[in-house]
Amino acid sequence: MLDLAHIPVLVVLFPLLMAAVCALLPFRNIAWLLATASTGMGLLAAWTGLEAHSGERVSYALGGWPPPWGIEFVADGASLLVSTVVAGLSFISTIYAKSLIEKEIDEHLIGKAYAAWLLAVGGIQGIVMTGDAFNLFVFLEISSLATVTLISLGGRQDRRALIAAYNYLVIGAIGATFYVIGVGFCYAVTGTLNMADLMVRLPDATATAPLLVGFSFMVAGILVKAAVFPVHIWLPAAYGYAPSAVSTMLAAVATKASIYVLARIAFTIFDGLDDMVFLILEFVLLPLSVMAIFVGTILAIMESDLKKLLAQSSIAQIGYITLGFSLGNVLGVTAGFVHIVNHALIKGGLFMAAGALTVVMARRVSIDSLAGMGRAMPITSSAMMICGLSLIGLPLTAGFISKVYLVLALVSSASWWIIGLVVMSSALSLIYLWRIVEAMWMQPMPASGRVREDPLIYTPLWVIALINIWFGVDAGRVFRFAEQAAKAVGAGG
Amino acid sequence: MKNNPLFRVTTKVLFAPIILYGLYVQFHGDFGPGGGFQAGVIIAAAFILYGIVFGLSEVKSVAPPGVVQAFTAIGVLLYSGVGVVNVMLGGNFLDYNTLSYDAAHGQHYGILLVELGVGVTVTSVMMSLYYAFAGYKGEAGGAGN
Repeated sequence: MLDLAHIPVLVVLFPLLMAAVCALLPFRNIAWLLATASTGMGLLAAWTGLEAHSGERVSYALGGWPPPWGIEFVADGASLLVSTVVAGLSFISTIYAKSLIEKEIDEHLIGKAYAAWLLAVGGIQGIVMTGDAFNLFVFLEISSLATVTLISLGGRQDRRALIAAYNYLVIGAIGATFYVIGVGFCYAVTGTLNMADLMVRLPDATATAPLLVGFSFMVAGILVKAAVFPVHIWLPAAYGYAPSAVSTMLAAVATKASIYVLARIAFTIFDGLDDMVFLILEFVLLPLSVMAIFVGTILAIMESDLKKLLAQSSIAQIGYITLGFSLGNVLGVTAGFVHIVNHALIKGGLFMAAGALTVVMARRVSIDSLAGMGRAMPITSSAMMICGLSLIGLPLTAGFISKVYLVLALVSSASWWIIGLVVMSSALSLIYLWRIVEAMWMQPMPASGRVREDPLIYTPLWVIALINIWFGVDAGRVFRFAEQAAKAVGAGG
Repeated sequence: MKNNPLFRVTTKVLFAPIILYGLYVQFHGDFGPGGGFQAGVIIAAAFILYGIVFGLSEVKSVAPPGVVQAFTAIGVLLYSGVGVVNVMLGGNFLDYNTLSYDAAHGQHYGILLVELGVGVTVTSVMMSLYYAFAGYKGEAGGAGN
């Protein structure tokens, strides 16, 4: 069934279909097996598609209705790359999730939790693959409603998860509404919802005011979904109080899809209106990204709870990605895509380690309570350190490659003062990482002694840590795919 | 409300016609206005009316929550199952043309099955929502049933 032609729909279909089966068979082991199998099949499909991708844009007409009349799924360099990242990280986190979900979620809810998990993954894959601006909104809603459910499952550990879930529901809905208002303006002007068709028709529109309004609404809505400063406030609580497995999956893949949509809006849909797009990129997105980098880093330095610290640092990392995008040229967008891949690996790994620590310590993990855990859990902690070093961008790790390409892109657009800020923020992120290192490795082992570590938790973590090193040493592959992605979304064109 | 004969009798008289009307909207949806969403809401309204008048436990014995929840998934499976069958028959996902010897019949069967899936899911989701809200016992009890 893995026919190359059907790959665009298969990556979305596997998780969505299995979500319904999981809801029907709410037995925890079967549900986990189904979830692992379907995310694994999704990864296989996405990876096969990316490897076989020839650089051409492949359109898949749903229901056989040709675009722009029907809804189309698009497989090109960008959607396949992001889809592979989403599929890969969701596969690894599904394997990792088994023992954590059993510990953190009530027995009778486990089957349904996997159903929501797969719905979230399928929704995110749909956001990535669709070539229809309105269909994208539908998938945004699917993934965010499933995400809200998953976050609220953290309510058994900490009731604040319910508030976090509710906040995300309301703020996310406002973001999605803004997006769909923007789509409405574009539809009013052009009479089409297909992205490729919008790209052709928008420049012909005689009325430019509705286009500026539409573009602004779409970008503002997606900025909320992508948690770009200053509309990021839902993110730290949502990632901080969600069950550990859920935090891992969300931190690795959820915002990545929205950031990818940002690139699609700016460079694909509004490709013909460069003046307007660059105005918004340069005077809105660029300053916001720089502020996100600093605000996120400083909040992370002041945070004492481990999971919330990682979430705050995500805001800074999202800032690096959008900073790359805001340059608008091929190099900048390539740097953004490189960091989409690498940040998914870095944050996925760090949240996995945080989850492992949370389960062992059976309570919220603050930096102080980490004292000596490096000696008590050496396998988990050393993998966490690799991901941490990758986060601050040490050479030979994936994070370093991201920073190098970002700086190269900034050099090419002669933004010298921003380079200074990027380097400074990297140095600042060393502070919060050092607090973790200091607590974990430089304190005596806690009295409880060494902890028996669960191979089902640390194996996926080590896989991610090793990929971090692999992508740090052999950067050409990721760069090639990212450059292909940047060209596919139409950057600099 | 079950002590009031007016409500009781009206509900009993209306229950079957509401469902019948729901089915009409469901299956007439491919010729005129209507379809799975509207039909699902109408059919669920019949059960919700029954629940409001005779009580939550009565309607739960007619339509057990477990069965209702299963049907939310079955509807989705029916919908996507049609799409998968289309792929296996050599068409694109949800290309109904493949379902029959000619395109017109294929489209007809396809939309009928897909809308049935939508109807089943919408009915059971509406009822699940009603069960969840009506069975809510406050902070201590958590969500109902």
